[in-house]
Amino acid sequence: MERLSSHNVRRQTLADKLWDSHVVHSAEGEPDLLYIDLHLIHEVTTPQAFEGLRMAGRTVRRPDLTVATMDHNTPTIGLDLPLADPISAKQIETLAANCAEFGITLYPMGHAKQGIVHVIGPEQGLTQPGMTIVCGDSHTSTHGAFGALAFGIGTSEVEHVLATQTLPQRRAANMAVTIDGELPAGVTAKDVILSLIGRIGTGGGAGHVIEYRGSTIRAMSMEGRMTICNMSIEAGARAGMVAPDETTFAFLEGRPHAPAGADWDVALAHWRSLPTDEGAVFDKEVVMDATTLKPHVSWGTNPSQVTAIDGAVPDPDAMADAGQAESARRALAYMGLRAGTPMREVPVDTVFIGSCTNSRIEDLRVAAAVIDGRHVSAGMRAMVVPGSMQVKADAEAEGLDRIFTAAGFEWRAAGCSMCLGMNPDQLSPGERCASTSNRNFEGRQGRGGRTHLVSPAVAAATAVAGHFATPEDIA
Amino acid sequence: MEPVRHITGTAVPLRRSDVDTDQIIPSDWLKRVERTGFGQGLFSEWRADPDFVLNQPRYRGAAILVTGPNFGTGSSREHAVWALQDYGFSAVVSPSFADIFRTNCTKAGLLPVQVDAGPAEALMAAVEADPAVLVTIDVEARTVLSAAAGVSTTFPLDDFTRWRFLEGLDDIGLSLRNEAEIVAHEAARPAWMPRLATT
Ligand code: SF4
Repeated sequence: MERLSSHNVRRQTLADKLWDSHVVHSAEGEPDLLYIDLHLIHEVTTPQAFEGLRMAGRTVRRPDLTVATMDHNTPTIGLDLPLADPISAKQIETLAANCAEFGITLYPMGHAKQGIVHVIGPEQGLTQPGMTIVCGDSHTSTHGAFGALAFGIGTSEVEHVLATQTLPQRRAANMAVTIDGELPAGVTAKDVILSLIGRIGTGGGAGHVIEYRGSTIRAMSMEGRMTICNMSIEAGARAGMVAPDETTFAFLEGRPHAPAGADWDVALAHWRSLPTDEGAVFDKEVVMDATTLKPHVSWGTNPSQVTAIDGAVPDPDAMADAGQAESARRALAYMGLRAGTPMREVPVDTVFIGSCTNSRIEDLRVAAAVIDGRHVSAGMRAMVVPGSMQVKADAEAEGLDRIFTAAGFEWRAAGCSMCLGMNPDQLSPGERCASTSNRNFEGRQGRGGRTHLVSPAVAAATAVAGHFATPEDIA
Repeated sequence: MEPVRHITGTAVPLRRSDVDTDQIIPSDWLKRVERTGFGQGLFSEWRADPDFVLNQPRYRGAAILVTGPNFGTGSSREHAVWALQDYGFSAVVSPSFADIFRTNCTKAGLLPVQVDAGPAEALMAAVEADPAVLVTIDVEARTVLSAAAGVSTTFPLDDFTRWRFLEGLDDIGLSLRNEAEIVAHEAARPAWMPRLATT
């Protein structure tokens, strides 16, 4: 790493260092060819990639750098029963057959290490600083929380990585989001990212890799950093990253795939060389003050349509931008909301705590603390879907499952579940859900369903109150 | 992908503009786990009409689709390209293509042939009048020739993409040309980086 500390070399960002150290081949007029350190795969975006390999007579170059799980289609109850949907069943069987054929490690439905692809990578210590990580899923940005360059890819690219362990890519620009100050009580990582997307918009990070910096990020747990990097995609960015530090190393040490013994010290020395050099220049910068942030809730049908929870449904007629006003008008019609209604007065009938954004043990602890000794409001359907079977086991060891079930929540097995409703966990038309997931698009959680993005703390308080609420509101 | 130097064959005239990928392959086909077999789903909504051009026996076996401007607009689904290829098309001739569709074509090996409005219309009219009209597309020379239609014109194809078609190189094949560099990179990777058991 001498060349990085040399005075003659330009000061580099974390993203640039990772890029440069992974370029296998570079030529004028062509995209760079990047080496991929870890390829995560799941059942939905891989079947045609494997078939492509077979048709071309190719094989998987590095099955040892590839790991598979089942998450998008899998049911979260009745795991021992046959799948009700034959098309989902076919996709799941196909993944199992492909992994067997090509020698790929698979964590199938019911396995102790199964879970949402972006939860299990970090959990198993597979996600480490300085790595390039890809997956046929846009929320691969989650892994950037460890100081990895991680991004989502399409099916042709999945096939490309399977065959070559490389990917032709054009370098993205650098964007810094600096967040300083202490978060007020009850304000979480989810509120930070919702507030940021509300400010810069769904295209605010387009063409950029965002590096999150500042004292707020440094003070944040790995879980919180993952929540923020996860939703970089909703801001339009190619990827999100946080420089590795003592918090990162402490999280990783002792995990199944983390380096151990003498390797740990070598790895640590390398990881410490990765953070952005002092004085490196970013192409774009945004600064946020954490001390004035409030819990956020989305009111519309894209993730930039958010407000602080003490705000009201906005008035499209008062919006200066005609395009935004039109989009807000359509959103309010779909969401069944009237301008001017205080968010705290909007009744909610479903609460979903889960998804790769907020389904880790810390998220469940926060939610459990809010509902401990309380009960969900009359008629409320509330569900907790742990991000992985490991999270589920950990939560059960701490007794969190009993707190949830005593409060009237359903306690499920791991998967994507109601985040996208590809399995049977869906909203019915007109149902209104406070969801800890990441996308509030029309029909995302089921045809006609209405999704409001919130933090686990707000989701839990809302389940008890029956309308949008913070933990303080129900204290 | 297979090398493509010349495509000679008959053509199907699809006199519509702004044909979107939802029409090319409707979304219920996206649940499939196969990459083949999409030919059956090609334009399946329109094929419900017995008069639709693809249902006319005289246009069977054509290698080229001749269509209106802005072909392939809408969703980025690569399945649209797979469907056209699986049905039997090797090239699509149009006055203009949607960006992503065009990129997907060049990844999968379907030749997007963009010609000016004049020759496009001449070709369309000739093929409508006589399904036996032969069209020849020369990738190396970047030309479209049809004596029967009175068409002799050129189409744009950047050198890099043309080379990929001529050599039959998909992106994967191209990357594999750097095998030595990939091996060298792999040799230099730290041994402590995570590796999974292989079965
Ligand atoms: S939890 Fe939701 S966003 Fe995350 S990978 Fe699954 S479907 Fe995608």
